[in-house]
Amino acid sequence: MIESCNCIEPQLPADELLMKYQYISDFFIALAYFSIPLELIYFVKKSALFPYRWVLVQFGAFIVLCGATHLINLWTFTMHTRTVEIVMTIAKVCTAVVSCATALTLVHIIPDLLSVKTRELFLKNKAAELDREMGLIRTQEETGRHVRMLTHEIRSTLDRHTILKTTLVELGRTLELEECALWMPTRTGLELQLSYTLRQQNPVEYTVPIQLPVINQVFNTNRAVKISPNCAVARLRPTAGKYMPGEVVAVRVPLLHLSNFQINDWPELSTKRYALMVLMLPSDSARQWHVHELELVEVVADQVAVALSHAAILEESMRARDLLMEQNVALDLARREAETAIRARNDFLAVMNHEMRTPMDAIIALASLLLETELTPEQRLMVETILKSSNLLATLINDVLDLSRLEDGSLQLELETFNLHAVFREVLNLIKPIASVKKLLVTVNLAPDVPEYAIGDEKHLMQTILNVVGNAVKFSKEGSITITAFMVKSESLRDSRTPDFSPVPSDNHFYLRVQVKDFGAGISPQDIPKIFTKFAQTQSTKNSGGSGLGLAICKRFVNLMEGNIWIESDGLGKGCTAIFLVKLGIPERLSESKLPFMPMVAANHGQANFHGLKVLVLDENGISRMVMKGLLVHLGCEVTTVSSGEECLRVVSQEHKVVLMDVCVPGKDGYEIALRIREKFTKLREKPLIVALIGNTDKVIKENCMRVGMDGVILKPVSLDKLRSVLSDLLEHRVLFEAV
Amino acid sequence: MDTVSQLQRQFVDHTTSLYREGFVDDQFTQLQKLQDENSPDFVVEVVTLFFDDCEKLINNMARALEQQQEVDFKQVDASVHQLKGSSSSIGAMRVKNVCVTFRTFCEAQNREGCLRCLQQVNREYSLLKNKLQTLFRLEQQIVAAGGTIPAVE
Repeated sequence: MIESCNCIEPQLPADELLMKYQYISDFFIALAYFSIPLELIYFVKKSALFPYRWVLVQFGAFIVLCGATHLINLWTFTMHTRTVEIVMTIAKVCTAVVSCATALTLVHIIPDLLSVKTRELFLKNKAAELDREMGLIRTQEETGRHVRMLTHEIRSTLDRHTILKTTLVELGRTLELEECALWMPTRTGLELQLSYTLRQQNPVEYTVPIQLPVINQVFNTNRAVKISPNCAVARLRPTAGKYMPGEVVAVRVPLLHLSNFQINDWPELSTKRYALMVLMLPSDSARQWHVHELELVEVVADQVAVALSHAAILEESMRARDLLMEQNVALDLARREAETAIRARNDFLAVMNHEMRTPMDAIIALASLLLETELTPEQRLMVETILKSSNLLATLINDVLDLSRLEDGSLQLELETFNLHAVFREVLNLIKPIASVKKLLVTVNLAPDVPEYAIGDEKHLMQTILNVVGNAVKFSKEGSITITAFMVKSESLRDSRTPDFSPVPSDNHFYLRVQVKDFGAGISPQDIPKIFTKFAQTQSTKNSGGSGLGLAICKRFVNLMEGNIWIESDGLGKGCTAIFLVKLGIPERLSESKLPFMPMVAANHGQANFHGLKVLVLDENGISRMVMKGLLVHLGCEVTTVSSGEECLRVVSQEHKVVLMDVCVPGKDGYEIALRIREKFTKLREKPLIVALIGNTDKVIKENCMRVGMDGVILKPVSLDKLRSVLSDLLEHRVLFEAV
Repeated sequence: MDTVSQLQRQFVDHTTSLYREGFVDDQFTQLQKLQDENSPDFVVEVVTLFFDDCEKLINNMARALEQQQEVDFKQVDASVHQLKGSSSSIGAMRVKNVCVTFRTFCEAQNREGCLRCLQQVNREYSLLKNKLQTLFRLEQQIVAAGGTIPAVE
C-alpha cells in the first residue's frame, strides 16, 4: 500500500547520476538567471542613456521568473509535496506570460535598434567627409596666404628685375619647386629667351622660337597648362637620365603697356606679347600638381603682369620727366640768350641814344645861340636851316627810340592824375604860333562832360594830340583846324569801322574821343590804310618833311592806352579828320583822405578861442598842472586838473572833449589810463580826445601812444601857440599825430 | 616918472640878464603871456609853488642820499624827475639841465655824482629864487609907482 501523501511522483524513475547532473545544471542556470538582471540593473543605473527601461524591466522579470522556475525545479527531483508542484506551476505560468509579453515587445523594439545602428553609420560617414573638406579649405587658405604674400613681395618694388626674381623665388619656396624659369620675348618677337631662372645664377642664353605648338597652347589660354618635361622650354637642366623628372606646368604672363589700360576695356584681348613661366616639381617626388597649386600659379602670373606693367609705366614716366628736364634746360638757355640779346640791344640803343643826342643837343643849342648874334641875312638863313635840320634829326632820333621801345613793349605808361583841360590848352598854345604863320585858325572845343582831371600818361597823350594836330597844320594850306573832345558812351564805342576794337567800359574809366578836322590836302582812299605804317609816306606827305614815324608812334601810344586811332577823308583836296579814342581813368575824390594821420601840423590856423571847451589835465607834477591850466584857461577852456590816474578815471565824463595826460612818469603807466578811458566810453563820439604830453620824441613812446589809441602827442614844454594849434587841429580833424 | 623909468630900466636889464644867463627860457615867457586881467598874479603863484616844491624835493633827495646803507636811487630818481618836470614847465632852464645830469647819475647809481648834482641843484635853485624875487619886487615897485611893466623881447 502506497501512503496517501499528496506528493507527486516524478514521471520517470530517476537515474541517480543523470539526476545529479540535471540538479547541478538547474542550480547554475538559476544562479545565472538571477545574476543577469542584477547586472542589467547595475549597468542601466550606470548609464542614463538607455531608452528602453520598460523593456529591461520586462526582460528582468522574465529572467527572474525563468530562474525561479529552474530553482523550483530543484525540488522536483525527489519526492515533493503538492505545494511545491503548485508553486512550480504558478511559476511556469508566470514565466510563460512574461516571456510571451517580452517576445511581443521585442518585435517592436528590434527595428528601432537596427535603425539606430544605421544612423550611427551615416553620421560616421558624414564626419569623415567634413574632415576631408576641412583639410581642403585649410589648404586653400594656405594657398591664399601664399598668394597674398607673394603678391605683396612682388608689388613692393617697382624694379622690373626685382619683381621677376622675387616671383620666381617666392613661387619656388611656396610650391617647393625644383626649378622655375621665365622666358621673355625678344625684341623681334619671334623668339623666347630664357631670362630668369631660380636655381641657376647666370642662365645660359637659350632661345626658342615662339611658334612652337606647346608655347602656342600655353599662350592661348590664361590657365596654367601641364606640359611635357621633355619639351624645349622645360629642358632647363642637363638631364642626368636616371631620375623621373617632375611634372611641369607653364603659364603665360601678359606684358602690358600703358595703352592697354583703356578705361572701359580690360586688357585681355588687346595684348599680344606674353612671357612664359615654367615651373617644375621636384623629380622623383611623385608629387602631382594640385588644382589649388595651379590656381596659385595663375594668380601669381596675373599679379606679375600687373607689377611689370607698373614698372614699365614708371620707367616711361621717368623717361618723360628726364626729357622734359632736358627741354627745360634748353628753353632756359634759349630764354637767357634772348634776354641777353634784348639787353644788348637796349644797351646799344641807350648808348646810341646818348651818343646821338649829345652832339645833337650841342648842335641845336649852339645854332640857337648863334641865331642870337649878329648875322648877315645869308648867314641867318644858313643857321636857320641848320637849326631846322638838326631839330628834325633830333625828332627823328627820339621817334626811332620811342618806336623801338614801343615795339618791344618796354615802354610803359606813367599813369598819374593830370589836368586834362590844361593839356588841350597847352597844345593850343604850342600850335598857335605855327598856325598863325600859316594863317590857319585853330579852335578847341571841349564838351562840358569832359572831366577836368583824369588819370593817364599825360606826356604821351599830349604828344599824340600834338602829333595829330601838327599833321593837320602841316598839311593844310588854308582854312581852319578844329579840335573837338568829348566823353564817349559805351554804345557808341562799338564802331563798325573798327571791328577789331572792342572796348570794355568800366566804372573807373572813361573813353575820351578827340577829333581833329582840317581842310587841307586830304588823303586818297587807297592811302588811308598805309597811313599808320611806319616810314610809309604818300606822295603828298613826302614833300612836307617828317620821317613818317609820327602816326605810327601815335597809333602805338593810343593802343597802349587801350584806344584806337583812325583817319577819315573824303579824298584828295577835301581835308581829313583824324579821330582817336583813349581810355583814361577817373580820379577819386581828393577830399576823402584815406590817411589817418596828418603829418606835421601847420601852425596858427583855425580857432583861436576855444571858449568853453572842457579839458581834463592829468599830471602828477603840481607845477606842470598849474602851468597847463594857465595855458588852457588863457585859451578860453574850462579846465579840470587831476593828479592821479584813478582820479582821472573817476572824473572823466562825456563833457570833457580833450584829456591831456602826462605820460612821462617813470614807473607809472599812463597808457593804461588811456586804455581805461577808452573802455569807459563805448560810443566813439562820446570819447574825449586823448593827447599825451611827452618829454622826448622817443620812438618807443610814440609807438606806445599809438598802440593804446591816443589821438595825439605833444612834446613838452608846451607853448601857447603850440597848444593853440594842437587844439584847433584836434578839433578840426579829430586826430593829429604829432606836434613838436 | 624918473623912478618909474629907472625901475623899468632895471626891470628890463634884469629880465634880459635872466634870459641871457640862461636862468629862464622861452617857457617862462609863455607863462608871462598867461598873466592877464583874469589871473594877474599867475606867474608869482606858479613860481612860488615851484620854489616850495623844489625845497621839498631837495630835502627828500638829501635825506635819501644821506643814507649810509642802501641808497634808494629809485626814489631819488623819482624826485629828480619831478623837479625836472616842474622846472621845464616854468622854464627854469639851468635847474632843468642840472636835473638831466642828475638823472644819469641816478641811473648809474653813483652816490658821489648824485650828491654833487644835488649841491648844484640847490645852488641853482637859490640863485633863481633870488633873481626871481628881485624881479617880482621890481614889478611890484613899478606897479606901486604907477608904471606899467615893460614887455621884454
